[in-house]
Amino acid sequence: MSLTPKDKATVKLFWGKMSGKSELIGADALSRMLAVYPQTKIYFSHWKSCSPGSPEVKKHGKTIMMGIGEAVTKMDDLERGLLTLSELHAFKLRVDPTNFKLLSLNILVVMAIMFPLDFTPMAHLAVDKFLCALALALSEKYR
Amino acid sequence: MVEWTDSERAIINSIFSTLDYEEIGRKSLCRCLIVYPWTQRYFGAFGNLYNAETIMANPLIAAHGTKILHGLDRALKNMDDIKNTYAELSLLHSDKLHVDPDNFRLLADCLTVVIAAKMGTGFTVETQVAWQKFLSVVVSALGRQYH
Repeated sequence: MSLTPKDKATVKLFWGKMSGKSELIGADALSRMLAVYPQTKIYFSHWKSCSPGSPEVKKHGKTIMMGIGEAVTKMDDLERGLLTLSELHAFKLRVDPTNFKLLSLNILVVMAIMFPLDFTPMAHLAVDKFLCALALALSEKYR
Repeated sequence: MVEWTDSERAIINSIFSTLDYEEIGRKSLCRCLIVYPWTQRYFGAFGNLYNAETIMANPLIAAHGTKILHGLDRALKNMDDIKNTYAELSLLHSDKLHVDPDNFRLLADCLTVVIAAKMGTGFTVETQVAWQKFLSVVVSALGRQYH
């Protein structure tokens, strides 16, 4: 399920459309994930609040989007490009990799809300492939 | 038994009351077949699924999308007993159609994306929580009779 040149171009195009709003998008996607899949809150038990609009959610949404932005620039070699992030998730955060899918779905939902006409099935396919590849690279160092 | 709050019932009913079953059914099924192409394995008798364009133009797929939405309607009308409402459908998907139950989740995710696009900012966090809870009960009921 590797990324074709067309997939990469589609991802870059949407990333371009999303820049400038990436903090809002990140916070929205994270809020939705925490609400729809409450088990994901276990990773944030040190936060005061996991509610939409909380400062921690906003800040972390931004962090996540910066990570994704980095992945967009390193799409040709995600495994190498995300090595440090993978080590962080593997050895320090130890986020169960199944959760990457849950956040990915919510990123797709936010994109569908923002781009109801442009987020066609073909665009959805490209972005989903990218997010899957990203998740794979992120879990590279797990074992 | 699944417990629904009044708010959740209201949200789910509200979503369905404004839904164009044909439009949302067709879009959701097409999206599933395009984004997760292995799901096409169940639609061998549905004619041309050669690429995204032919899938989206395929009338048999469109009709089946509508059928799926009407199936969801049954869950809506029997929200307090979706498990038993779907017992026969579950057996059908297991014994006759041989659908991998993981695919129900894939279709549910596509439905969520299509509804999100349709409702825009109206698809609030609260709405999404209720909607996905409804779909997860449906997905669970559909997989219940597999043996």
